Amino acid sequence: MRHIISILIENESGALSRVAGLFSARGYNIESLTVAPTEDPSLSRMTILTSGSDEVLEQITKQLNKLVDVVKVVDLSEAAHVERELMLIKVRATGKDREEMKRMADIFRGRIIDVTESTYVIELTGASTKLDSFIAGLDAGLILETVRTGVCGIGRGDRILKV
Amino acid sequence: MISGAEIVIRCLQEEKVDCVFGYPGGSVLHIYDALFKQDEVKHILVRHEQAAVHAADAYSRSSQRVGVALVTSGPGVTNTVTGIATAYMDSIPMVVLCGQVPTQYIGQDAFQECDTVGITRPCVKHNFLVKDVKDLAITIKKAFHIAATGRPGPVVVDIPKDITAQMCEFDYPKTIQMRSYNPVVKGHLGQIKKAVQMLQEAKRPIIYTGGGVILSDAADKLTQLARKLDFPVTNTLMGLGGYPATDRQFVGMLGMHGTFEANNAMHYADVILAVGARFDDRVIGNPEHFGSEKRRVIHIDIDPSSISKRVKVDVPIVGNVPDVLDEMLKLMDGGFRTDPEVADWWKQIDEWRGRKSLAYRQSEHIMPQFVVEKLYEVTGGEAFITSDVGQHQMFAAQYYKFDKPRRWINSGGLGTMGVGLPYGMGVLMANPEAQVACITGEGSIQMCIQEMSTCKQYGFPIKIINLNNGMLGMVRQWQEMFYSKRYSQSYVTSLPDFVKLAEAYGHVGMKIEKPEDVEPALRKAFTEHKDDLVFMDFIIDPGANVFPMVAAGKGLTEMILAEEL
Repeated sequence: MRHIISILIENESGALSRVAGLFSARGYNIESLTVAPTEDPSLSRMTILTSGSDEVLEQITKQLNKLVDVVKVVDLSEAAHVERELMLIKVRATGKDREEMKRMADIFRGRIIDVTESTYVIELTGASTKLDSFIAGLDAGLILETVRTGVCGIGRGDRILKV
Repeated sequence: MISGAEIVIRCLQEEKVDCVFGYPGGSVLHIYDALFKQDEVKHILVRHEQAAVHAADAYSRSSQRVGVALVTSGPGVTNTVTGIATAYMDSIPMVVLCGQVPTQYIGQDAFQECDTVGITRPCVKHNFLVKDVKDLAITIKKAFHIAATGRPGPVVVDIPKDITAQMCEFDYPKTIQMRSYNPVVKGHLGQIKKAVQMLQEAKRPIIYTGGGVILSDAADKLTQLARKLDFPVTNTLMGLGGYPATDRQFVGMLGMHGTFEANNAMHYADVILAVGARFDDRVIGNPEHFGSEKRRVIHIDIDPSSISKRVKVDVPIVGNVPDVLDEMLKLMDGGFRTDPEVADWWKQIDEWRGRKSLAYRQSEHIMPQFVVEKLYEVTGGEAFITSDVGQHQMFAAQYYKFDKPRRWINSGGLGTMGVGLPYGMGVLMANPEAQVACITGEGSIQMCIQEMSTCKQYGFPIKIINLNNGMLGMVRQWQEMFYSKRYSQSYVTSLPDFVKLAEAYGHVGMKIEKPEDVEPALRKAFTEHKDDLVFMDFIIDPGANVFPMVAAGKGLTEMILAEEL
């Protein structure tokens, strides 16, 4: 089962490697990991996309909670939440493809944020599946480069992760 | 204003640390200079940093205090890794202070530089790199706090040399608050009530306890509870001494080399009360086989991640063991009655006991079990026993009956050969008057044998019980049983003359080759040579094996027993 784990962690050097090290040492899966400071610069928020059985997920959250730098852990996917991922994709945009790329970007509500004579960089935000569909919808030969941030998510409504 | 080095020493004094085990080097010279100028904190100079950490570890294991080691950067640190990992696996509180190259050299591949925080990260409870002298005192305070609270463990503090030279005001905080670290202490009362109810309904109960009982000093509470329940008690290797081994209710150690009665009782129990134990692979054998019996499990542990990790638990209780046991005892005051069918369970257990699974064959040679039995007699069961890892460790666990906690000092989780002798040093620093015997083998003892020199310097009168079969016994046993007697690399040839070796270090050496000489030699060692380190080289039966044995991948009840006698 796919799970999104959100972590509030002390913003200290080495904190990321403690989390990453825990996952590799115990054989847990990381599909994506994103981290940045929060509005309180002493805290970072980390989002990890992982998968595993209920037992494995229980261990993941318990082991994360055990890390001394970790302040709070929540499995976002346990309840209502929204999730987004950002992708920047550089595509070849020449001849008839140039117009086609623009159209595709519009259909997926992407934005073209860099233009040269032969390339576009398209910015696309959404659920990971939407980004996957966008990639699938393009001619693979036209994709020059992709970069994705990995999933970040937040609970809906009153579900708040805060110290 | 005082220097960073002086701050380090002042912090140790504030923490009432009476000794540190260490080895000097370039990055810690300022600290050693500060150490020189005072006499509250004693320093034990080991011969290898690994031994410093093992000794600090045993200091903790054998007392209720936190052991401290002090080493230099680079190789000083890498040499400590085995010791830190050993302490981590057994949840031993310990603080390791490491020198580091000066701040501006970090990352430059400087002389004796290594990424201490990176190298030790997977085997510490937490670690710190001090980047500012203003953070030094509070970091050391945090280190002691984290090491000793919650599920204990080793904490490393990496201190760059320039920090130890800088001047700063010294202000040691009395208490500390960390928003990210608040271990649970009190167990959930509702869960405790459920547990008591379940114990009342149990027909085939067992109390299964581990190192958590020792570490939390809960042996008295546990004994009180067990007596009140009149249920059988088994201990893990790490839990020995948590319940008096000579008591009628004690069914012995369980697990890979557990007794017939303990393993059967554990497997067929309908209610297991697990206390400070973690159902590890050496304890329950094959988890599928263990899961084949229907039973209910109550699990008390301070670490939530130990609960339902390997065995599904019905009543989890996260909390400090003695506090939870206390609550249970209180609840039981109000008309608690055990099920009358428990009497039948005891009959069954006595039948299993009748199998006498620890009986061993006689031989013209010295049997290792016999040596441990005699050691128990000669020391009146009062000694602190340190051990290394292998057959001798299992013999010690099976035949020395520990009635008190913190007397059995061994590496259970990591299984580190070579700990025995430095463990003896740590025990003696924490318990200067204690009788200490290190039960070892000719393989293990050579892994830290240089510490005989340290023992000479500080007069540690450890009695080394070397069960010498000229082979790596446990490896040999597995090769005999599972590899068609292909004894690949399990012979230790070119052994030193241990008697001469002991004498070369300035100690007493004895070689004992006949069964009838065992007891007199032990008596002599503990009376005439009471104040000496005595290296007792027992030449034992090379074919002796440890039984019962649950082979890897087998179930707890599928024991191989000693040949019929």
